[in-house]
This record gives sequence, structure tokens and C-alpha cells, in this order.
Amino acid sequence: MTSSPALPAPIGERVPHRRTRRLAHGRGRYVGDIKIPGMLHGTFVRCPHAHARIDAIDMKAAKSLPGVVAVLTSADIAKVCKPWRGVHGLFPSLNAPLQHALAIDTARWSGEPVALVVATSRSIAEDAAGLVDVEYTPLPAVADPESARDGTTKIHPEFGTNVCLAASHESGDVDAAFTGAATVAAETFRFGRHTGVPLEPRGLIAEFDPTERRLTVHHSHQCPHQMQNDFAVLLDLPEHRVRVIAPDVGGGFGIKQQLYGDEIAVCAASMLLGRPVAWFADRLESFTADIHAREHVVQGRVALSAHGDILAFEVDDLHAIGPYSQFPRSSAGEGRAVLTQTGAPYRFDALRARATAVFQNKGMSGHYRGVGQPIACAVTELLLDKAARKAGLDPIDVRRRNMVRSADLPWRAPTGVVYPRLAFEECFATLEAHVDLVGLRRDCADARKNGRLRGLGLACFVEQTSRGSGFYGAGGVAVSSRDGCTLRLEPNGAVRCLSSITEQGQGTETGVLQVIAAAVGVPLDSVDILTGDTATSFHGGGTWGSRCMAIGGEAAWRAGRALRAEILTIAAHLLQADSTALDIRYGVVVDAGGAARMTLAEVGAVGHFRPHDLPGLNPQLVASASYGPDTPFRAGCGIQLAVVEIDPDSGMVRLDRFVVVHECGLVVNPLLVDEQIRGGVVQGIGAALLEELLYDSDGQLLNGSMADYLLPMAPELCDIELLHAHAAAQGGDDLGIAGVGEAGTTGASAAVLCAVNDALFARGVSIAQIPCTPERVLTALGVI
Amino acid sequence: MSMITIACTINGERVETTVSSRENLADFLRDRLALTATHVGCEHGVCGACTILFDGRTARACLLLAAQADGAVIETLEGATRTGRLAALQKALYERGALQCGFCTPGMLFTAAELLEEHPAPSREEIREALSGNACRCTGYQAIVDAIETAAKDGRAER
Repeated sequence: MTSSPALPAPIGERVPHRRTRRLAHGRGRYVGDIKIPGMLHGTFVRCPHAHARIDAIDMKAAKSLPGVVAVLTSADIAKVCKPWRGVHGLFPSLNAPLQHALAIDTARWSGEPVALVVATSRSIAEDAAGLVDVEYTPLPAVADPESARDGTTKIHPEFGTNVCLAASHESGDVDAAFTGAATVAAETFRFGRHTGVPLEPRGLIAEFDPTERRLTVHHSHQCPHQMQNDFAVLLDLPEHRVRVIAPDVGGGFGIKQQLYGDEIAVCAASMLLGRPVAWFADRLESFTADIHAREHVVQGRVALSAHGDILAFEVDDLHAIGPYSQFPRSSAGEGRAVLTQTGAPYRFDALRARATAVFQNKGMSGHYRGVGQPIACAVTELLLDKAARKAGLDPIDVRRRNMVRSADLPWRAPTGVVYPRLAFEECFATLEAHVDLVGLRRDCADARKNGRLRGLGLACFVEQTSRGSGFYGAGGVAVSSRDGCTLRLEPNGAVRCLSSITEQGQGTETGVLQVIAAAVGVPLDSVDILTGDTATSFHGGGTWGSRCMAIGGEAAWRAGRALRAEILTIAAHLLQADSTALDIRYGVVVDAGGAARMTLAEVGAVGHFRPHDLPGLNPQLVASASYGPDTPFRAGCGIQLAVVEIDPDSGMVRLDRFVVVHECGLVVNPLLVDEQIRGGVVQGIGAALLEELLYDSDGQLLNGSMADYLLPMAPELCDIELLHAHAAAQGGDDLGIAGVGEAGTTGASAAVLCAVNDALFARGVSIAQIPCTPERVLTALGVI
Repeated sequence: MSMITIACTINGERVETTVSSRENLADFLRDRLALTATHVGCEHGVCGACTILFDGRTARACLLLAAQADGAVIETLEGATRTGRLAALQKALYERGALQCGFCTPGMLFTAAELLEEHPAPSREEIREALSGNACRCTGYQAIVDAIETAAKDGRAER
């Protein structure tokens, strides 16, 4: 929260998320609930091999099944759909192979779409897909990251390497720092490939009207404007005749943020057939063809002085991304986050960091909640714990000693990142006021003396939110860092809002409503909002990188103030008063003494139906604003603390306590912000303890169902204690909001892994791999 | 494939129709009857999003065949909402911010209602245990547990 002058209510109030009333009453409208007259259903034939040449496709039997309208291969789709490369202008050395919507002659992951069957019903399409006979010649598959980097099999022979991108950064005298260090700790970390698992699978309905060359797509997606642009460019359509509508979306988490070959193939099918075509992924398809993330092997070192000052970090990150660079954002972002966020909460002078992204024959990898930041956080925090133990120092004291303080701001980190604002002093003070850290450590130590495996882990984290155009825009990537808001005064004095922010459940719509109500001066219930439709709103970024409230909220505030100014001008004319002496409170124009002078309904009625009462004024009754930050990012920060107890017989890790302290500037809606953070924490806990996409050495996914890929469920979790630290306002001329969407996920895995290692330390063993499955814990303990 | 004639009661209304022998109940409810509050998340009976009331007990619509509905009394969220019997839970979930994307919510509501019918004053641990078959990817469950606790208290106060 901010210490700047208080903003008017309902900003800051715990308002329930409006849309969820409808959802709780069974009145959701997800894309799979929509039926369009004449709608056909698509089903994909997917390659069962991790790497194979496609020799022939026999469609005869499938085409002869009654109800089948078409069986489309890559050659058919290519008639209307261009292939793409996931390039990024800031990384000219990035190898971005040409990717087709459907595999054209070689399939490079198990699950890659090869053909699209379109039929009058989904079940007929699925039956027919089973009749498509594809002849494959299996090719050697590259599965694990090291063999992808070092092996002889090249997935894209034209590059002569499996390396997609190698990036590095060095600052300060790293060798001298390590040579002169009192303590050096090193570790090799392994992070399991996992994915977002939105409960509603991906899906879309594409509706092409050939008479106007107009494409309308009902799309379960986080970034409809981005998709409007991608579809227009790749399908060669005028962008203003492409409309993407994201209705209720059943979770995203980054998984619904990219262009997918299967999804654009559905659009292409609608263009080829001139009929609406729907496709909804089943859960196996979701596991094989959704974006995966975070398959990293990181070698890290930290150097400490005798006093416990951090002297240097060195990290070498190997990141396996599947067979292509994702589009349109490219695969540069995740490794870059590791480079730029290593050691982010701390002061140190020297850094050597390298990030290598390699191709492999597994599913596509991309941006899942946190994008690389959870990796950087875990590596940083685990190394600090290890070094502190080795030096005989208290790990929490080492953090406190090294954290970036307000006196260090703006902090120019050796990563090259400048942090104008971090609030670790406030976060530590808030944590210590809530938690008896000494007592908690003693409690864990006492338990360990009694033979129990109990541990405390603490992770400081920084989350980069609300990014400007310096990464995508400057890199030639058509992804907007802006958002827009249009407000209309209705004849009854209510306000209708058209915003480019999007909803997958976060509650941003409600936050924006609160901002508008405060900015104009009307009751919350007098504002209605429409989002997720590219035909109605400004071309905005939508949901990515924890940005909608900070950026879309600011646009809403500015539009609200502009509409308020016009309402006051109209009222001043009608009242023959000075507009600066008038105010709007709760939908009523009041004078300086607070006396009601005119309702907004009266202003609306005059403006719309009796403008002759306002000669020469030509009332607009509408105001728009758009906003994009001109800074690289806005930082949120915090501390996460986990207490775990390990069952030495089963290897199960039980969470006993979890505390989050967070600082994110102005909190528009504490109810919704808190649940964003909790939800993010639980995804980080899932990554730490449960979630991993298991592939065999041939690149076959072994656990493609929710029975086998374990999500965190209610019984194995504890309550998450959540505290907001209060720091000075963000500064600048805006509302001072930092995003929160990825905060929980960024620090949670690190806190859990630190706690597990604290518990294991008494037995002289450690784990540097997530998820910490019972098998891995028992292996570390020497039980199995 | 063979067609089977069924007669059942869905949300208080008599339904007589023919279904194919392989049609599952979730698809039948959604596609044939437009009862789209029954959500399909995993098709394996794991995620719980398709939970409905089948002859008075919670059941996974994705694991039942439409043919098995013959003679059954079925309630989906549309029907349960109309009767008002989930109103306290719906209000509590909404007010506590205990749903985000809403995809799991229909199943959560039926599971929670069944728990409260059998255990009007459950502990938090009992609530968490009862939710063990309902995945929520958004909230982290705590707010759902809080909301069910609140609805339980409100329910007891009404008695």
C-alpha cells in the first residue's frame, strides 16, 4: 500500500470479483459452451513419435466416414496460412526454425499435430482421426538437456547445432571475487519440466465469412489483441476484419498466451471450408501440446566474504525448450530472466551468468507464470543457504545483511538491471513483527535433535511486473505493453467501460471498476465493463507479465478523470457555476459545500437528449485513455517462508506453515490481491513437491493425465499467512500499482526447497532438484 | 452404434430421449440439453469439475454413460441454483473471493454441499479432506475452505 495521499473509495476496498457471482451460479460462458449455427468440429491427428519423418498420409478411410467434411494436412493449411519463426530482434543470434501449423514433412515432438479432421460432430471427428493412416519413419530423438546441447543428433540440421540461443553477461571481477572469498558454495540444480494446467483446456471457434474476408474467433486466450495481429499477418487478412473474443476463460497462467499451430490451423480450416470450426483440447492433448516450462539445469556458485557479504554469483543455465522458438514472443525470455534476476534481492559486485536454450524432441516450452524468475530465485536462495551453512553463519542473517536497502536505491545490480524501488527492509520488519524467527528456528532444531526431519526455508524474491515496450516492442515483436479504456456516460448517468484488459479469473475487471468509480465519483454499481473483445477496445496487451491492473488500471483512472472533467463542464453550464467549484460524489454533482446540485442521470439525459440546453458545447459524453509505462518494469518484492516436516519412512514432505510478506505499491483490492498471491504460491508449491512432466529417453511423455501428473490438492496444503509490507509510494505521476500475478509463484518453490534442505541438513544430505518427490527424498536419505 | 432409450428426471424436468451407447453423461448434459454449467476438465474423473448430483449423491458426469441415467434423478448446477439450496455456499464463495476462473466451481459446490449435509460443523481439515477430489488451479483452496466454513456457520445459525 502507498503512503501517498489516500485515493478515494472504493479503491482499497475488499470488493468481491463481480464476474464470479455469475460463474458461481452456473452462468459462465466459456468457449466450449458456445454453439454457432453450422459449426463443425475439428480433431487433430498427432504424431506418436518424438521425432519422425512423415512418409505418407492415407486419408481415404477417414474421408469416407459419414459426417466427415474434410481431412486437412499441412499442404492444405499452407494454402491460407504462412509458417512463422519465433525470432526476436534484440537477439539476432537466436536460431528460430520455421514452424508450420501442422508438421509438414518431419514431426519433432510426440503430440505435434499432423492432420486436422473436420466433421459434423466431435465424436465423428475423433473416430475419423483414428482412421487416418500416417506412415512415419522414426528418427533419433533428443530428450534431455545435456544430450541436446552436447549430442550429435541435430533437430534442425540447417543450424548445425541444437542451441537456440546462448546469452551471457559478466560484470565486475568474478575470478578475483571467488579467489578471495572466505566461502564458496557450488551446486548443480535440476528443475522439472512442468506446465500450467488451466482447468479449462485450450479451445477456440473460428468463423470465417468469405464474403467480407472477415474472421471472428471465440478464443480461450489471455491476449486477444495479440492473436488478432498474429491471425491477420499469418492468414493474410486485414487486421481490422479480424475479431478475437475471449469469453469466460477457465485459467491461463501463461499457457494461453502464445500462438499455437493447432489453433491457427482451426482458423485456416474455417477459411478453407467457409464454415465455423470449433476445437477443444482434451486433457491428453493439453499435456502433450500445451506450452511447458522450466526444464533447467543450472550450475551455480556464490562467493561470501568472511563477514558473510555476497561477493559474486556465477550461474550457467541450460534450458531445454522443445523443438521450436515459441511465437510471437520467442524463447529468449526465460533464460534472460535467469540472467537478469540472479541475486536480485541482494547487493553484490560481480556476476558471471550464461544462459543456453537448446532444442529437444519434447513438447513446446514457453511462458508459464513467473517465466524464469522462479529459477533465478531458487538458485540464489539455495546457494545462499548452502554458503551460510558452510561458513557457520545464520542463513537469515546472511540475507538480512545483504538485502538491497532503501539507501542503495536506485540499485544498479551487476546483472545490468536498475531497480528504482525495492522494499526489503519493510518486508523483513513486517515478517519479524509477525513471526518469531528465532523461536521457529529453535523449534525446528529441537525437532531435529529428536530425530525428526523438520526445516525452515526462507526466500527473498523480486518480481518484475508491468513491463514497458523495451523487450518486445524494441525487439520487433508485435506484443503491446499498453492498455486502453473507453468510458461512456449513459443517459441514466451510469458509466459503461470498454477495456483492453483481459480476465482469466484474476479479478482485474473488478479492480478497474473500482478505479473508475473512484475516478469519476460514481457508485461501483453504476459502472459496467466489457473486456476481451478486440472489436470494442483499444489494442492492448491483455494478460502477461503481471500487468493488467498496473497498466489497464492506470488507463482507466485517466479515462475516468477525463470523463469526470467533461461531466463537470456540462454541469457547470447547466448550473451557471464554476466547474472548479463542483465535485462528483457517489453519482451526484455537488458544490463546494457538499450540497447536491444535479445527478449524473440529469447530466446524461441533457447530454444525450437535450443538447440544445448546452449551446456550443457539443458534449462528447465519452472519454478514452491509453497508457503504457515508459520504464522497463515495475518491481514487486517480498519474502516467503516455509516450514516443512519430512516423514523419514515415506519421504513425504508435509507443509506445516507458509508465510508470505509482499510489497506491491497501491493495493486496489486487498481481497483479490491476496488470493492472486495465494494461488501463485500454490503453483510454486506444486512445482516444488509434485509437478513434473516425465519423459523417457525417447521423448515419450509418460504422465499425460491428471491422475499421473499431480496437482496440489486441498488436503496436502496448509493455510498461507499473507502480510503486506508498507513502503513509500512508487513515485511518478500514476496510481503507483505494481503487478502481483506472478509474485507467489516466483518465490514459493525456493522457500519449500530451502525448508526441505534445512530439514535434511541434520542427516548431512541435500536435494538440489524439484519436485522433491518422496522417491528423491528417500534416495537422498539413503533409504532407497 | 446402438441407440438406447432413456427416461430420467433432470433438474426437476422429465427427459425422455435416445442416447448412443457410448455417449457420456457430461457430453449429454452439455451438448444435448445445453446444461453447460457441468464442466469437463480432465475426462478421467480426477479433476471434479463435472461433479453433479445423481440420485442424491455426488457423481462424476464424465465417468457415467448417458445410458446409465435411465430412471435416475439428476441435478446440475443450473437446477440446484434454481432451488436455492446452494445459495449460502454460492454467496460465501463469491464474498470470500473463493473462485477465480470459475471452472472448478460447479463441482466444488456439489462436493461442499454434500459435506455440509453429512457434517454440519466440519473442521478445516475435514473440509480440506472432502475437497480432495476437486482440483482448483487458481485459488490455492484456502479461500474455498474459508467460504465453506462460513456457509456451515451460517447454516447452523439458521437452524
